[in-house]
Amino acid sequence: MEADIDYQALEFAYRKCADQEPGAPAAHRVIVVGAGPVGLTTALDLAAQGVQVVVLDDDYRLSTGSRAICFAKRTLEIWDRLGLGQRMVDKGVSWNVGKVFFRDQEIWKFDLLPEAGHRRPAFINLQQYYAEGFLHERAEADPRIALRWKSKVTGVTPVDDGVVVTVETPDGPYQLRADWLVACDGSRSPVRKLLGLESHGRIFRDRFLIADVKMAADFPAERWFWFDPPFHPNQSVLLHMQPDNVWRIDFQLGWNADPVEAVKPENVLPRIRALLGPQAEFELEWVSVYTFACERMECFRHGRVLFAGDSAHRVSPFGARGANSGVQDAENLAWKLRLVLAGQAPETLLDSYCREREHAADENILNSSRATDFITPKSEASRVLRNAVLNLARRHPFARALVNSGRLSVPATYRDSPLNTPDDADYAGTMCPGAVAADAPVRRGGRDDWWLGQLGGEFVLAVFCGDAPPDAQATSALAALADTRTPLPVPLRIVHVTARPLDGADVVVDAEGLLARRYDAQPGTCYLIRPDQHVAARWRRPDAAAVRAALGRAIGLAS
Amino acid sequence: MSLITTPNLPAPDDFYEMLIEAHQGLSAEQSQELNAALALLLANHIGDMAVLREALTQARESVQ
Repeated sequence: MEADIDYQALEFAYRKCADQEPGAPAAHRVIVVGAGPVGLTTALDLAAQGVQVVVLDDDYRLSTGSRAICFAKRTLEIWDRLGLGQRMVDKGVSWNVGKVFFRDQEIWKFDLLPEAGHRRPAFINLQQYYAEGFLHERAEADPRIALRWKSKVTGVTPVDDGVVVTVETPDGPYQLRADWLVACDGSRSPVRKLLGLESHGRIFRDRFLIADVKMAADFPAERWFWFDPPFHPNQSVLLHMQPDNVWRIDFQLGWNADPVEAVKPENVLPRIRALLGPQAEFELEWVSVYTFACERMECFRHGRVLFAGDSAHRVSPFGARGANSGVQDAENLAWKLRLVLAGQAPETLLDSYCREREHAADENILNSSRATDFITPKSEASRVLRNAVLNLARRHPFARALVNSGRLSVPATYRDSPLNTPDDADYAGTMCPGAVAADAPVRRGGRDDWWLGQLGGEFVLAVFCGDAPPDAQATSALAALADTRTPLPVPLRIVHVTARPLDGADVVVDAEGLLARRYDAQPGTCYLIRPDQHVAARWRRPDAAAVRAALGRAIGLAS
Repeated sequence: MSLITTPNLPAPDDFYEMLIEAHQGLSAEQSQELNAALALLLANHIGDMAVLREALTQARESVQ
């Protein structure tokens, strides 16, 4: 099956479409620009919610080389909701262990797996072309998604309640009109430039060489990071295992390296031999030199144009916060756009996309800048302190906490989001309004399942019941929410969580009690969870009026 | 707790001698390494961000 498909070599046909016939521009609800991981996730999430989408891409191929490579737990959970998580995990290399070397010694080994009882690992390594390939196959099979290759956006004109887009194709240009345009067109975003907008931040004066090397090696599935190794003095090196016996190696080159010379095989091969030994047999699959920047647009929404992924924000690669944060942008945006298109939520709900994801971008930029400053010290003092940390880390646990070769990529908590309803009681743990709902093993209908599989797509009210059915007060509160005479602004699915199965009732069984512990839940505790699996509100007792108000707030109805 | 800037060392001369001796025989570069390691060890021992911030401010202000 996919072992037989060379995803890097796939070419997608340009097809002329009816929209190219002369006449007024064809009208669409949503146009997504860019068929990378962020654009395809946006399109799939919208389509899963019943929204028709046109995807435009100026190329006709998937990613070349491994590029994004590390897909984090939260990204896999989002793809689980879209039915693609398992496929990614099956193909990818799951890993939790990282090793740090300084000069010729291993100084520290860490395990990223924080605790058991989560469906997905901290990370998988998977070449970006596989991730895109799997997303693409699903998108192509979806009748609500129209994928248009060799379709380059050359004009973007805001009009009343929409955007007119000029698309250049092998058959010449044509125009489209859309209610909304989502620009997922990468760090050099043509859409951003066409609108005269800019992304600002910090450019790092360093260059890295990336090589995908195919070889039968017996390194374990771990992330190995070297500071100043004997085989590449004064610089850093990163080694990662990928599927198909492909290994990803990143060599820091310094700012003065010549990017054209550096990628020539006669210059790449000696570097790899120095790492692997003179006897190693390998094939070079892909080589590239990159520089990096941490920057973002001031605002991710400009009228009817929304920016997601690298077009909106860029980070340095350390810590896997590029593609992962872009996929989180996509899921934050999709449900909001769907509600706005359906007239169920005000257009201003999309300002919360900016507020939440701009905050996430700042957090990602902060984390990846710090890792970059540690890995590539910018001053002599910074280098001396970095080396002192590494030397101390051999013997002293406190210094290991300072070693920063890229932190675990975790999703942002939207603590200050206007969509949250503040707590009116005390809770232990991390499930505050704005947090991503934590996973836990559950049972439903006599089968093992995962908590996150019960959430998403629409709003859920999770009602923790302990080991008895809801009491009279809870039952009457829930009945009031279901009262058709005063309908809720959007549908709300009620999920009962019980400690053991209740005869004849469709409940989620928290057999190990982990869910109640992670949510600090007592009998009566309720959580309102958004379509993107973030917590919107919680209470110690169900109260129909409070739930109704919180639901309105979570779709932007409160000002 | 705030940064103590009044005398707090029981034997100031002994400490100062220890500090100088720790650098005996080191090159300027190695001395820099030692100072960095020392700052990190002491910072962890103090473990109070407000105190550390104040110490960094005072140290920076002392630079001519």
